Amino acid sequence: MSEIITVRNLYKIFGDNPKKAIQALKEGKSKDEILRKHKQIVGVQDINFTVREGEIFVLMGLSGSGKSTLQRLINRLHEPTSGEIVINGTDIVKLKQKELRQFRRNNFCGMVFQNFAILPHRTVLGNVEFGLELQGVDKDERQEKARKIIKLVGLDGNEDNYPSQLSGGMQQRVGLARGLAVDADILLMDEAFSALDPLIRRQMQDELLELQARMKKTILFVTHDLDEAFRLGDRIAIMKDGLIVQIGTAEEIISSPADEYVRTFVEDMDRSAVLTAGTIMLPVKERAFTGDGPRTILRKIRKFGLSGILVTDSKRHLKGYILAKELAEFLEKNKKKEDLKMDPSLIREAAYVDRDMPLNEVINVYQEADYGPIAVVDSDQRLEGVIVRGAIIAALSEGYEIEPNNGSDDLKKEEDK
Amino acid sequence: MFPFRIPIRDWISDAVDYLVSEYSAVFDAFSALVYFLVDNLKDGMMAIHPLALIIVIAAITLKMAGWRMALFAIIGLLLSENIGLWSAFVETLALVLTAELLVMVVGLPLGVLAARKDGFHSVIRPVLDFMQTMPAFVYLIPAVMFFGLGLVPGVVATFVFALPPLIRLTNLGIRQVPKELVEAADAFGATGSQKLFKVQIPVAMPTIMAGVNQSIMLGLSMVVIAAMIGAGGLGEDVLRGIQRLQVGQGFEAGLVVVIMAIILDRITAGFADQGSKS
Repeated sequence: MSEIITVRNLYKIFGDNPKKAIQALKEGKSKDEILRKHKQIVGVQDINFTVREGEIFVLMGLSGSGKSTLQRLINRLHEPTSGEIVINGTDIVKLKQKELRQFRRNNFCGMVFQNFAILPHRTVLGNVEFGLELQGVDKDERQEKARKIIKLVGLDGNEDNYPSQLSGGMQQRVGLARGLAVDADILLMDEAFSALDPLIRRQMQDELLELQARMKKTILFVTHDLDEAFRLGDRIAIMKDGLIVQIGTAEEIISSPADEYVRTFVEDMDRSAVLTAGTIMLPVKERAFTGDGPRTILRKIRKFGLSGILVTDSKRHLKGYILAKELAEFLEKNKKKEDLKMDPSLIREAAYVDRDMPLNEVINVYQEADYGPIAVVDSDQRLEGVIVRGAIIAALSEGYEIEPNNGSDDLKKEEDK
Repeated sequence: MFPFRIPIRDWISDAVDYLVSEYSAVFDAFSALVYFLVDNLKDGMMAIHPLALIIVIAAITLKMAGWRMALFAIIGLLLSENIGLWSAFVETLALVLTAELLVMVVGLPLGVLAARKDGFHSVIRPVLDFMQTMPAFVYLIPAVMFFGLGLVPGVVATFVFALPPLIRLTNLGIRQVPKELVEAADAFGATGSQKLFKVQIPVAMPTIMAGVNQSIMLGLSMVVIAAMIGAGGLGEDVLRGIQRLQVGQGFEAGLVVVIMAIILDRITAGFADQGSKS
């Protein structure tokens, strides 16, 4: 994925003497001090980040954290005080008003607002075609396009209704459709679902994800709601006092918060919805290969005092699970035989989960499994790690640090040979 | 208290004298325009049968304000005809509509300008305060000096008196357009005039129409005052009633003014409502 937005050293000061404020910031003065001493309001400070093409990038923070200011800097509804904003290779800070207008038309799908901001005097169709109309697209073409998008967001049949006849959720669909109708890459959403009641909000989030899978826009989404941020965001930037304190995926933020502020923030999260099997799995200490003899396997099991062992082929593909007890009984029965072969019936089906499965679903699999640990596999059914009971409980308990891990490095190394 | 007196009255008189002597051509041209508008409007309305005009007005009222008001309009207008005040009614209507037309032509752009330029807004605000609080009679004097006696100074005085609310409410309506709506247009790359004509004015329309409504009402309240300088119409009948202590005649003419006021008010209020509904 290529980078579509790159922001470097961006500052926004509201006030008559921004230079002084930036100077003070660089000397390490706080936002409050600058407000008291210099009467300048720090909007955002020292912002650096990139947004990749096709991702949902969430700006998350409480009110006053500068998230909406930052979003409005990205399309220059606010004039940056200093810094660079490079979008599709153009530093938009340097554009003149007329160029900026053209740039917005070509690159932005407008904005979606908390209170919808759709035009009360226009029908649904009139609102959805608004962006295209501003671009001078002719009437038949823009209406055809608008009708398609209206259908896509599930508003067909409402084309000729006025906004006041629609529910909040439907009005926001109009707002979303208005943006999507425009042939551009970047959609800005400012607290877009915050005014909706929780059930509708949830539904709209799902629909947005579905639409996104089809339309592949780059979305810069502002919210104060951590659950929403983690649900929607491919990556999330957490903001405080005009600064970005951490950027990362939901898992990265939950498993290793950058500071105390983020930690208290994520404490209340429903961790089981965010953490995945991949985050909490442990490395596989030992495994059996399909070609191993029964005695070798038992030795491997005993070495670590396990109750059983996972079986893979030489390419790490998961083949099953062998219970120590059953293997021991088998060996006892056949202890006279010299060249004993492994009995395939001893290899039972192993419970496994995909490494991207959220923890709350892993728990279900765990409860249904009768024996052994849960194997974690990648998309090719290759063994990546294991999940044991203790790891699940530890991950769910608050305040517990989870070491980010990449599964069994030793397994991969082995394979490389 | 002071050994001298600030000669405001001399300044104003001199300024008016200067304008009258130097710019008489301009005033004459304006005068001709107003005459043209009022005369044509009046003659046009007088040329058709009263009943036809009543039906037209009732139809507009029906559309904008419902059947009850339409019924009221029919009865009220028939009454005006019955008591012999039809031509006075038409004359006053022509005067008020002409003044309102001028108010809209001047007031709407000024209101838009005031909303977009804070500097202009701060300049025009005290001017509007002045225009609204200055006793209406005071306008009559310069109006007479510039345009003589008769219809035109009546229209001009009415215009000056009725202008402020439209400017104020146009300004207010555009300033009250939600910030996000303007941001939304900006985010799509709208030009200044696209923002104005596709977002700000349409969204502000109910408030602007309330301004039109208010200025028409103020215009009607000037009708009697304007009659003092010979503007004619219903005001003249009211005035004659007062001067000759003919209470009955004065009341009749006053009643017709009220009927006209109610009909015009409901029609323009209907415009404002329709704007806010959609």
